[in-house]
Amino acid sequence: MGQKVIANKTIDVNDEGYMTDPSQWDKDVASALAEEIGIELSDKHFEVLDYLREKFKEGEVLTIRKVGKSGIVDIKGLYQLFPGGPLKYSSKIAGIPKPASCV
Amino acid sequence: MKKIVILGGGTAGTMMANKLRNALERDEWDITIVDQFRTHYYQPGFLFIPFGIYHERDVKKPKSSFFPVGVNVLYTGIDKVDADNKKVLLEGGKVLFYDFLIIATGTKTCPEETPGLKEQLWYKDIFDFYTIEGALALQKHFKSWQGGKLVMAITEIPYKCPVAPLEFVFLAEEFFTKKGIRDKVDITIVTPMAGVFTKPIATKMLSELLVEKNINVVADFYIERIDNEKKALVSYDEREVPFDTLTIVPVNMGDKMVERSGLGDDLNFVFTNKHTLQQRDHEEIFVIGDAANLPTSKAGSVAHFASEILFDNLMNAIEGRPLTAHFDGHANCYIETGYGKGALIDFNYDTEPLPGTFPLPGIGPFGLLKNTKINHYGKIMFRWIYWHLLLKGKELPVEAEMTMAGKKRVTF
Repeated sequence: MGQKVIANKTIDVNDEGYMTDPSQWDKDVASALAEEIGIELSDKHFEVLDYLREKFKEGEVLTIRKVGKSGIVDIKGLYQLFPGGPLKYSSKIAGIPKPASCV
Repeated sequence: MKKIVILGGGTAGTMMANKLRNALERDEWDITIVDQFRTHYYQPGFLFIPFGIYHERDVKKPKSSFFPVGVNVLYTGIDKVDADNKKVLLEGGKVLFYDFLIIATGTKTCPEETPGLKEQLWYKDIFDFYTIEGALALQKHFKSWQGGKLVMAITEIPYKCPVAPLEFVFLAEEFFTKKGIRDKVDITIVTPMAGVFTKPIATKMLSELLVEKNINVVADFYIERIDNEKKALVSYDEREVPFDTLTIVPVNMGDKMVERSGLGDDLNFVFTNKHTLQQRDHEEIFVIGDAANLPTSKAGSVAHFASEILFDNLMNAIEGRPLTAHFDGHANCYIETGYGKGALIDFNYDTEPLPGTFPLPGIGPFGLLKNTKINHYGKIMFRWIYWHLLLKGKELPVEAEMTMAGKKRVTF
């Protein structure tokens, strides 16, 4: 557990840099987190991030498939937005926990 | 006469039928359980079948042996739940009205969700071990397999028993070593997650096992399709993993009945209050086991712990009290690591698997996140406990709520 200063804000993060308090998230924080990964956020990115945050709030388990069926973007498109690891990167930028298994 | 209907006679449904029949007067409460199949499989045993450790006879018994006297049993398919009118429509037109409904219809593998999976290589070079058919076909295949690339792949989360693929590669490593052909078998585990281990402490304590056993990991690999000609997995970002033998966890989905009833998410898992175990929109419907969309493992231990909470809350509801029992997502899972050893993890919604010891009166303690022989014996003994105590709804010496006793908070 630690803190870091990003976009002129102090945020709480875990060892892997995932935010631990979703209420500290805003669009500037998202853009700065994305920049660290090498992604420049477009409106489409933000649509995905909003969807993820909303579903997380509702307590749903998020999957790449679920985002692909959201009507915002298909799975190929999601990979283009967040190359390499679409769900882990989009979750990180959305300020929600990393998708995890039980161990 | 008031009515309780239980949909699904697997682990969770059978436990609930036993607990409820024991507690409720027969002249006041009518209990009906519905399932389309007559055979109960001990599913944790499927893992051992490919390696010839268990055989079909070790994992199957008639469902009827575990249903209590005084419960109506209907072996039929379910069309859908009409929640607004508190009734269940069965295949063939029969209708069951209920005061309370328990959905325990589980999860199943859907290989048809992945293009190329259920085609010419299915059960020739591609297998699952989550069905009795797949596990037996793989046992036969391994008897004459001369080696090559063995790939264990996970298509999608969530799936039943998240540690099973890991146990599979550990047992395969031992199996081919003892067969004297380990040098000809290249073992790779492929996951859509960021790694085989995703929780920080488990990663630190258990990743070394994969290195020791020379098992390759391909992470962040989300399977789009199987190329049958090339014998390769193809991901959405166009990476490929070639295989000679592929063992796969197909996409898991809840029963189609859930979709027809409009009670669940896109994978047909029922929207469930993670603490009360009530269905999100209907207070007289409760959900238990793999059928629920709870953010914890799909595993028998979770269903077992949840059964105690569900029982308490159903009693609360029947007697008009608030639903005070609170499920914490408790799971307790053995991880077979090969050579007669195993690890144990114990966790809930909020607490990741931690090291330390797990107290169990009379037998334990077991070592948490440690690779020991006693943990392996725990797993082997569990089959007896499952058939004789757990399914019958008897008390086990393990609390439903996770305890921190014996666990150590660690930092690395």
